[in-house]
Amino acid sequence: MISYTVGRILQTLLVLLVISFIAFLLVATLGDPLGLLLPPEASLADRQELIARLGLDQPLLARFLHFLGGMMQGDFGLSYRTQEGVGAMIAARLPATIELAFASLLVTLFVGVPLGILCGVRPNAAISRVVMLVSIAGITLPNFVVGVLLIAIFSVQLGWFPSFGRGQTVDLGGWTTGLLTLSGWQAVILPAITLAAFQVTFVIRMLRTQLLEVGQSEHIRFARARGLSERRVWFSYAMRNALLPTITMLALQLGNVIAFSVVTEGVFAWPGLGSLFLQSVQSADIPVIAIYLIFVGAVFMIINLIVELSYPLLDPRLRRGRA
Amino acid sequence: MHLERSTYLTAPALAVLLAATPAAQAAEFSFAGPLDAYTLDPHAVSNTLVFAVLRNVYEPLVTRGKDLSMQPALATEWIQVDDTTWQFKLREGVTFSNGNDFSADDVVFSFERAKKGGIKSHLSEVASIEKVDDHTVRMKTSSADPILPNQIVNWFMMDSDWARENGAEEPGQADNSTESFANRNAVGTGAYVISDRDPGVKTVLTANKAWWGKMDGNVDKATFYVIANPSTRVSALISGEVDMIDGVPPQDAARIESADGLHVEATPDLRTVYLQPDVARDTLVHGGGVEGNPFKDPKVREAMKLAIDTGAIQKRIMRGYSTPVGLPIANEAEGSTPELNAPNQPDLERAKQLMEEAGHEDGFDVTLDCTNDRFMNDEATCLAIGSFLAQINIRVTPRAQATARWAQQINPPGYDTSLTMLSYSPYTYDAHQFLSGLATTRDASSGRGVFNIGGYSNPEVDQLTAEIGSETDAQKRTELLHQALGILKESNAYIPIHQLQILWGVRDGVDVVQLADLAYPLAWFKVSE
Repeated sequence: MISYTVGRILQTLLVLLVISFIAFLLVATLGDPLGLLLPPEASLADRQELIARLGLDQPLLARFLHFLGGMMQGDFGLSYRTQEGVGAMIAARLPATIELAFASLLVTLFVGVPLGILCGVRPNAAISRVVMLVSIAGITLPNFVVGVLLIAIFSVQLGWFPSFGRGQTVDLGGWTTGLLTLSGWQAVILPAITLAAFQVTFVIRMLRTQLLEVGQSEHIRFARARGLSERRVWFSYAMRNALLPTITMLALQLGNVIAFSVVTEGVFAWPGLGSLFLQSVQSADIPVIAIYLIFVGAVFMIINLIVELSYPLLDPRLRRGRA
Repeated sequence: MHLERSTYLTAPALAVLLAATPAAQAAEFSFAGPLDAYTLDPHAVSNTLVFAVLRNVYEPLVTRGKDLSMQPALATEWIQVDDTTWQFKLREGVTFSNGNDFSADDVVFSFERAKKGGIKSHLSEVASIEKVDDHTVRMKTSSADPILPNQIVNWFMMDSDWARENGAEEPGQADNSTESFANRNAVGTGAYVISDRDPGVKTVLTANKAWWGKMDGNVDKATFYVIANPSTRVSALISGEVDMIDGVPPQDAARIESADGLHVEATPDLRTVYLQPDVARDTLVHGGGVEGNPFKDPKVREAMKLAIDTGAIQKRIMRGYSTPVGLPIANEAEGSTPELNAPNQPDLERAKQLMEEAGHEDGFDVTLDCTNDRFMNDEATCLAIGSFLAQINIRVTPRAQATARWAQQINPPGYDTSLTMLSYSPYTYDAHQFLSGLATTRDASSGRGVFNIGGYSNPEVDQLTAEIGSETDAQKRTELLHQALGILKESNAYIPIHQLQILWGVRDGVDVVQLADLAYPLAWFKVSE
C-alpha cells in the first residue's frame, strides 16, 4: 500500500516536470514579447538591451532551468505585460474560477442527476425522449455559442441577469467572493449554466446508461422477485451501483471544468484564470501563460492522484491485489 | 445595474430635476473597452491604451484640445529660447491629489524617471533639463527641435515626494525583481483620481475636487470595465449595463443604431493601414514563380496600388467606418494635404498594362503577412487585398497571425517578410515621426529607419528627413514635409489602404468627445438623465 502510494506520487511529479517543460517550450516559441514591451519607435540598441535583460539570448535549456529553479523557490516570475508577480496575479484570479466551477457543479448536480435518473428509470417515456433529444444540443453546441445565446435571451431581451463581470464582490482576507451578494449570484448564473451545459449532458447520458445496465442485472431482478416496491428497487439497489462511477467521473471532470472555463470566461468577461490566460496570450505574456499551463496541469494531476489513491480504499479487491 | 435604469421618479424629485440645469447635475458614467490599461505607471510603457486612461489622472505640460491644437496643461506658456532650448513656465497653485504642491522639481524628477522607462523615446530629443526657478524649467535638445511640445504630450508629471516615499523612483521594468508601487497606485494632478481598481477587470475614476482646471462635463464617477469579447460588449451596451463601449465591430454598428436609445459615434483614428513590399532583397523570401524580386520594379508597385479598390474595402469590409487615404499617414497629421492624401483611384486596365510593361503579366506568388487581432477587421482586409491582387496575377497567400507572432517574424533584425500589411499612428500628429522611423534608410546604429520593414531606401528622402528634423521655420518645414511625402507617394513603396476609425456605441443623452489618439477624455463627457 505504501509503495503504491509513493509510486503514484513520484509518477505525478515526473509528469508535472514534463508538463512544465512542454509548457515552457510552447510559450518560448509563441511570439515576440518585445513587440509589446517596446514602443514602435524604440531603437535597435533598446531592443538588444531588453533581450539581454529578459535573458532571451540564453540557450533554451538554460532558460528552462532558470525558470524551474525560480519556481522551486516559489518565485513564479514577473508578468511582461503588467510587471506584477505572476503568483499574485494567479492568486487574485483563482477565487473567481473556483466559484464558477463550484456553481457549475451545483447546476450539474441539481439538473443533470434528476434528469439522468428519469431517463434511466423511464427510458421510453415521452419526457425522457425529449430530454435525450435536447441533450444532444448540450454536446454539440460549442460553449461560446451557448454563452452568446444565453446573453442574447436573458441579458439583452429579458434583462434578468448581467451580461458580463462578477457583480459586487466581498474580500474575505485574500479570497474575493461574489457569493455573498445578490449581484454576485445574479452574475454567476449564466456563466455557470454555460459551463455546465456539457457536464449536464454528460451526467444525464452516463446515469441513463448505468441505470439501464444495472436494471438488467441479476440482483435487481432478484430484488423485484422478492416483491420490493419499484421505488425501493431503483433508489436503494440500482442507484448505489450507478452513482459511484458517475461521481468518480464528475470528480475527474472538475479539471476539465477549470480548463474549459477559458471560453466561458472569455464570453462573460468573468475575471478568473481563463480571462487572465486569454489576456496573456494576446500579448505573448510568456511567464503568465507558462505558469497557467503548469497550474492547470497540476490541478489535473492532483485530482487524478486523489482519485487513484482512493480506489484501494473504496474497492477491497485492489487492496488485496497489491499486498 | 438594471436598477439605475428602472428607477422611477417621484413627483418632487422630477420637479427638482426639471428646475436644475442638466449639465450641472453630477452624474455617474460607465463604459467598457476591449483591453485594460495594464499598468498605472505613466512612464513604464509607451502604449495608447495606458495613455487613454491615465490622461484622466496624470497630466503633461502641454496637451491637445478637442480640436487637436496644442493647449496649456501644467505649463502655461512655452517658448523656444534658442535653437536647442525650450523654456516652459509652469502653472502655479497646482496640487497633486495627495495635497503636495506641483513644482519644477517634479518636472525634473519626472524627466529623470521617464528616461528610464518605456516612454524614453518620447524624450529622445531632450538632452537635459534644468530648473530655472520653482515654476520655470528649461529643456536642452540635442539638436534644433521645433516640435518638442508635440512630442511630449504623453509625458506625464509625477509627484517626486510621493514616488520617493513609496519607493517608486524608477518605472517598472519587465525584469525587475520587485514590482513598482506606481504600477498599482496613481497620484496625479488630473481631473480624476483612481478610487478602485481590479487590474484587467475594472477601474473606477472619481472626480478630483481639487483639480485646477474647469470640468467641461459632469461625470463625477466613471467606471471602466474590460470586456474582451466584442459581442458581449455590444450586449452590455444594449442591455443598459454600460453607457458606452469602445471598439464596436463594424458589423454590429447597424444593430446598435437600430436599438432604441443607442447610437454609434465614429471619428477618424490616427492609425493608418498600408502595405509594404520588401524592396531590399534580391529575391522573394516568401514567394516564388519569378526570377528576382519583382517589387523592386516601381511599375509592379504602381500596378498593385491601382489594383486595390480601397473604396470597396471601405464599403464592404469596414461598412463605411474607414477613410481611404493616399498616404501611409493620417489626414490629421502635420505634412498631409488633401491632394497628397486623396485616395487612390483603382484602374484595373492600367494595372494590367503596367504588369505587362514590367514583364510580369504572368504574375508571381507571394505571401502577405497580416495580423488578425490588432485592429478592426484586419484579417478580412488582408483577404480582400489578396483577391484584388489576384486580378493582376499576383497570387497572394494571406498569412494572418496573432500580433505577437507576426511582430516576431517581420520586426527587426529579421524583417522576414516579402509583403506585409502594417499600420502606424504618429503620437506627435506629425509625419516626421513616420519619415525618420519608417521611411529613411535602415541604420541600426542610429536607430533611424529601424522599422522600415520593406527596406525602402532613397537618399533624397533621407536628406529631406534630416533637414525637417532641424528646420525651425514652420512654413519651410511643412513644405519639406510635403516634398518628402510626395516622393514617397510617387515611389509606391508604401501602398496606403485606409485610415481606421474609432467606433463607440453610446447611449443617447451621453455627450462624448472622441480624439484621434483613442483617449477617453472623461472631463469632457456629459451625461444627462
